[in-house]
Amino acid sequence: MKDRLLVALAGQPNCGKSTVFNALTGAKQHVANYPGVTVDKMSGWYKYGETRVDVVDLPGTYSLTFYSPEERVSRDFILNDKPDVVVNVMDASNIKRCLYLTFQVMEMENPMILNLNMMDVAQNRGVTIDIEKLTRILGVPVVATSMKQGLGKTELFDAITDTGRKKSFHARFKVDYGPMEAFINNICEMIRQDTGDLEAYPARWLAIKLMEGDEEIRKLIREKGVQGTKILDRVDGLKNQFEAEYDQNTALAVAQARYAAADKVAAGCLTLPAEKKKPMSDRIDAVVCHKFMGPIVLLAVIWLLYYLSIVQGYNLTNYTWPLLAKLRGVVAAMVPDPGFIDVPLISAFALWLMDSVNALLNYIPIFFILFGLIAVMEDSGYMPRMAFIMDRLFSRYGLHGQSTLPMVLGGIYVGGCAVPGVMSCKGIPDERSRLATILIIPMLNCLAKVPLYVLLINIYFAAHKGLAMFYISTISLLMVLPVSKFLTTTVLKDKPISPFVMEMPPYHLPTFRGVVGRALERVWMFIKKITSIVVALAVVIFILLQFPGISPQRKIDFQAQRDKAITQFRNSIAHTPYAEVLAGAKLMEMVLYWESYKDKKMLAKGPEATDALNAKYRKINPQFFSIAQPGKDKVARKVNKSFKKLFKTRKGLLREMRKERINTSFLGKMGRALEPVTQFAGFNWRVNVALLSAFAAKESAVATLGALYEQNDDGGDGSLESRMAKSEDGFTPLHALALMMFMVLYPPCLATSIAVKLQSGSVKWMLFGMFYPMVLGISAATLIFTGGTLLGLNGLQAMGVFYAMALGTTIATGFIKTKSEFDPVRQAIA
Amino acid sequence: MTLDELKPGNSGTIKKLSIRDKLGQRLMDMGIYPGLILNVVRNAPLEDPMEVEIDGYFISLRHDEARFIEVERR
Repeated sequence: MKDRLLVALAGQPNCGKSTVFNALTGAKQHVANYPGVTVDKMSGWYKYGETRVDVVDLPGTYSLTFYSPEERVSRDFILNDKPDVVVNVMDASNIKRCLYLTFQVMEMENPMILNLNMMDVAQNRGVTIDIEKLTRILGVPVVATSMKQGLGKTELFDAITDTGRKKSFHARFKVDYGPMEAFINNICEMIRQDTGDLEAYPARWLAIKLMEGDEEIRKLIREKGVQGTKILDRVDGLKNQFEAEYDQNTALAVAQARYAAADKVAAGCLTLPAEKKKPMSDRIDAVVCHKFMGPIVLLAVIWLLYYLSIVQGYNLTNYTWPLLAKLRGVVAAMVPDPGFIDVPLISAFALWLMDSVNALLNYIPIFFILFGLIAVMEDSGYMPRMAFIMDRLFSRYGLHGQSTLPMVLGGIYVGGCAVPGVMSCKGIPDERSRLATILIIPMLNCLAKVPLYVLLINIYFAAHKGLAMFYISTISLLMVLPVSKFLTTTVLKDKPISPFVMEMPPYHLPTFRGVVGRALERVWMFIKKITSIVVALAVVIFILLQFPGISPQRKIDFQAQRDKAITQFRNSIAHTPYAEVLAGAKLMEMVLYWESYKDKKMLAKGPEATDALNAKYRKINPQFFSIAQPGKDKVARKVNKSFKKLFKTRKGLLREMRKERINTSFLGKMGRALEPVTQFAGFNWRVNVALLSAFAAKESAVATLGALYEQNDDGGDGSLESRMAKSEDGFTPLHALALMMFMVLYPPCLATSIAVKLQSGSVKWMLFGMFYPMVLGISAATLIFTGGTLLGLNGLQAMGVFYAMALGTTIATGFIKTKSEFDPVRQAIA
Repeated sequence: MTLDELKPGNSGTIKKLSIRDKLGQRLMDMGIYPGLILNVVRNAPLEDPMEVEIDGYFISLRHDEARFIEVERR
């Protein structure tokens, strides 16, 4: 007895197949990719009695032709992996239509079961099904289930095991292809007589596919058949003969024969309700797809999506961030403590890694909500409606109606994230539009670009904050659309396109389990796939920033400054009892004590928390505490003052060293090397370094600028705005505008680049996706800066001019008509 | 006439599909083939694509694709 079975689930979209898959395998699932294509391969397993059953959930398809990758992987799996059972899941309320696929599965002559799912829906619609008769006609086991309610699960388990153990299996029913039968038999005969490797494949299926004109099967015949070319020549002759004799396209004749057979089978075992009600979904669509209401509903949905995930999700991070900070604290406690001015490399490295990972993990609440809401939209059936409403606008720019969701996620207004945006491109059926969408999404305004915008707008456009923010929020869309048009008419020109034709499925109420399950699964995928790579690349950036490091000569200088400060401090407290308390290594202990106390005190909210904190620190070291909180004690206050001064000096030295390290680092050198090019865009080397470091994560731009524009003396207020304004005298609003524009077009961050690689399935596109925005960004920034300077425009004027240019380009490119993709002449010849 | 010429509320009988390969196959796989009656339900807010009802199913397609479906108005 076989103790392992392989099962494939096949079925049309919206037939409840994933419900069946979940019911069978529970949580024991995982996702992989089919080789060579970007189609997800969902698989899972369960144990029934002694038998372990592996289940592969094939993509939902209407048919099994060679035209789409989903259909190809489905039939290749059945053909090559030869599952012990194919479970064909059908929507019981729509049997007639589902049979179209069923017949195609049957023709592949693999053992199979029909699973009539959604029996409850059928009953509600007044459809009655004679299951016995259906079994008899088709000669295939039929199991009726309502998996949402868990009904029929055991029967399905039993049927799978029974069918899987049988040695031979033949579906009785065959579609009658009428006048084409003779042609099919003729080809069958040729295939059977071939002495090559064709006998492993069902001959009749091959013959039907050849009559349909299936390119993949033609290739198979050519490669595996000894007489391959000869067979194909004969097939061409037969096809032409059929088309001439019956004045009908063979592929159409095959499809029509299948529908006719489906009609016949359905008529034999179905009783349909006498009168048809206007379906509920259509009544909903009267509003949701309405000329005026439709766009309003769409806007409301998008707003809600932003509000719940970005705004509320961001609020949630207030609760999760302390957890991540705690994790960082654990790591910090494990690595060696920093010295007075020298931080051990290992500690710096560990914390850098931790910070890089935390920066990503911090987004998890946002992603969880986002993925959950997407699942709701997918399950409810709103997605196709969204595509329906937006297709006209997007298709003008080479995009697709289904680019809507990815673009919303990527940040069509301010505040998205390119990672889920790129990930959700999977659903776009048309390869050209899909690649275009993947490539343009990083140009939208993700959350991480915002800090730089806010910084620059606050300094240089302080009088026109609202206007500048509106400009930056909408300009990205005006850049994205013409760029997409450009890409789809140039580099992506030869990528295959697919018809838009799509079903508007009935609305469904999503289940809580389904939604949460999918959200969790996608968050987990995100963590697994992205985090590991971010860690790897964070290492690279760390090296670029840390090495070669400060020169030995300068190190000695810094050490001298340190020694001087410490000696000064010791002298100032020499005659107090605290000299003993802080003797030798104890001084460094105090520094760390003070640091951790200060950090914790900043987080403590309310007087009670502060009291508790004080008590805790008093207990750790009462003498240190009296320096930290001297109260009214005069001596202690004096020591406190001196200590604070020393602490400030230390901080200054550390900052100075960090700055110098960045200056001399590889990244700093790169920044300088780029200056000759970037000067026309108005970027000096500091800005270059900030932009280079932003590649790891865009938030880094502001952090690096912060490190580069350190305050040198003790005076002045500490805000980065004022520091930057002060240190960059020559920096004008025009500089700032060029910089912001570059940030809009900035190449995708690491995580997004990885997502681009995963979704486009190629490193080549990932590299292209990094390269072209850089060129575009530098060009736009140069245009603004150099052009603006030559014309004598100020920042605001340049902003207006550039905006008008972008708007003009967008409108103009929208009017450029591309030739219809479905050229009847070309198609007729083919 | 062809399907793209029908207005919302119109219905017609499919006479012929004048396209093959990818689009032709897709139309057939979605249940659009000669002999069936279809109703144009609505156009999208920006006029394109259109939504049709065939045998209880709702399908949306671009006008550019609909022009390959020859229909006889009923």
